[in-house]
Amino acid sequence: MTATATSAGSGSRGPAPSLRHRPSGGSILADRAATVVLWGTGVFVLLLLGAIILHFAMAAWGVVSLSFVLDDPSDAALGGIMPVLWNSVYMLALTMLIAVPVGILGGIYMSEYAGDNAVTSAIRFAEEAISSVPSIVVGLFGLILFVDNFHMGFTALGGALALTLFNLPLMTRLSEQALRAVPQDERSASLALGATKWQTIRHVVLPLAIPGLVTGVILTAGRVFGEAAVLLFTSGIGTPAHYDFANLDLTNPASPWSPFRPATTLSVYIWKLQSEGLGAFKNQIVDGSAAILISMVLVFNLGARLVGRLLTRKLTAA
Amino acid sequence: MNTGDEMLVASTTYQEPLIRRVEVSASLAAEAATTVEREIKIATSHVSISYGEKVAVRDVSLQIQDRSIMALIGPSGSGKSTFLRCFNRMNDLIPGARVEGEVSLDGENVTDPDVSVVELRRRVGMVFQRPNPFPMSIYENVAYGPRRRGLNDRGKLEELVETSLKRAALWDEVKDDLRRKSGLALSGGQQQRLCIARVLATEPEVILMDEPASALDPVSTLRIEELMRELREAYTIVIVTHNMQQAARVSDVTAFFTMAEDRAGYLVEVGPTGQIFTRPNERLTEDYISGRFG
Repeated sequence: MTATATSAGSGSRGPAPSLRHRPSGGSILADRAATVVLWGTGVFVLLLLGAIILHFAMAAWGVVSLSFVLDDPSDAALGGIMPVLWNSVYMLALTMLIAVPVGILGGIYMSEYAGDNAVTSAIRFAEEAISSVPSIVVGLFGLILFVDNFHMGFTALGGALALTLFNLPLMTRLSEQALRAVPQDERSASLALGATKWQTIRHVVLPLAIPGLVTGVILTAGRVFGEAAVLLFTSGIGTPAHYDFANLDLTNPASPWSPFRPATTLSVYIWKLQSEGLGAFKNQIVDGSAAILISMVLVFNLGARLVGRLLTRKLTAA
Repeated sequence: MNTGDEMLVASTTYQEPLIRRVEVSASLAAEAATTVEREIKIATSHVSISYGEKVAVRDVSLQIQDRSIMALIGPSGSGKSTFLRCFNRMNDLIPGARVEGEVSLDGENVTDPDVSVVELRRRVGMVFQRPNPFPMSIYENVAYGPRRRGLNDRGKLEELVETSLKRAALWDEVKDDLRRKSGLALSGGQQQRLCIARVLATEPEVILMDEPASALDPVSTLRIEELMRELREAYTIVIVTHNMQQAARVSDVTAFFTMAEDRAGYLVEVGPTGQIFTRPNERLTEDYISGRFG
């Protein structure tokens, strides 16, 4: 075989190397090493995630039940986490209501209108800087600004505003990146058809950016669910006893629908119980709460992806 | 199997007319030059285009007759595409781009800041080098322009989509899944015809084509060329092409661009396609079309 191949290839190149010949030493070793390391890293991350989920699933076994989710906390028995769970959902909704529209509008400005200049690079630098400020500092800032200076006291609104402060830069940055990732060709095609700039953004750029925007929403939501430090000083750490959902008076601090009331979230509740809880069921409640928190994040992520997909379909077909 | 048969059919139907068309277009062009005096659709006068310090196109003056095809040929970097983009002011999108001189459409200067680019681009449509349908259904792709203009009447839209797809010779291939199939699910050649249909739906007068077939296989290319000859009856077409056979086959008038010492593109000569390809006035043109450079 080798002989025929050589004579067919002919010329002065000498015998062609067999295809079975492996390139020597270094390159093949580096190739193998890269494969092993990259696979290893991936598997490690998956195992880590699996271990966390498994740990809390096992710890929460026997704790989490429908009544754990739906009941009020109790001093004597295991009780439930209904009020704090509600607060987590409520704070998420309130924060996203502010952060998502403003973040996306900011992202549109940065990607489509602002251009690249000294001002926009200063804005980008500020976005990154604020995102990396320790959350306890953001909490302190919220305490000074909202709780004290604005005389709001500990309120859900103050907490949501502090969380917005913390998350808006990230949401804006991720929105900008999602919009920039839409190929220029699509914009050109739309503009060349006589669409205005806003029509192009509304009907082509935004729909195509939805998967990226959803990623931004998910990351922001994750930080809202998980954030405790920002909320300690802004929305309060008092454990609520019972919520009367029939009370729809938004201005009444007793109403669970009101933004003008203290709101301890699940994360804050876990932190508080773990650090200063004394009850007999403390550990079970913490484990159960953690399992619920993880499930909520998971459900939210899947839900957001689903909504994103439906939205893309709707926007590109209208 | 099916595609193989189609290819066979396509190649037998399209190859033959190709040879004839060269002669036809040459004679048409000659006729255009001598007898038929059509209205001037587009005229440029001393147009120079620069990006910042760099001059991309220098001092181009030419006229394009209504319902004719003009081909812009020349080596890469000679400013053909840049020049093409001043007809629908797509150069406005490039930061630092500056157009001097006058570009007129039906006698009206389109470089005037008061001119609405939105209105201009509806009258002067554009087909890009790479087929770029939106990731939407075929129907929505074609309906995009009319919808943005405010046409929402379902019946009228449907009619417009159908006539546009028929004119772009795509209707028969897509009529069964207009709303179900994404524009991106079509083949390259079909995508480009979809892009042409999308432009036709905005009811333009001029269609600019920037190397519309350079990303397509030969059969698709011939279909696009055939389509251009048909569209010529109703539209003024300006095409940038690197393919000289293509220019010879489809165009009535050819303009040859090249680069000056400072790399700025300029117009060497413009004339009936038959003449440019058989007896050009300029040595540079002759060298280029005979493949001696570029």
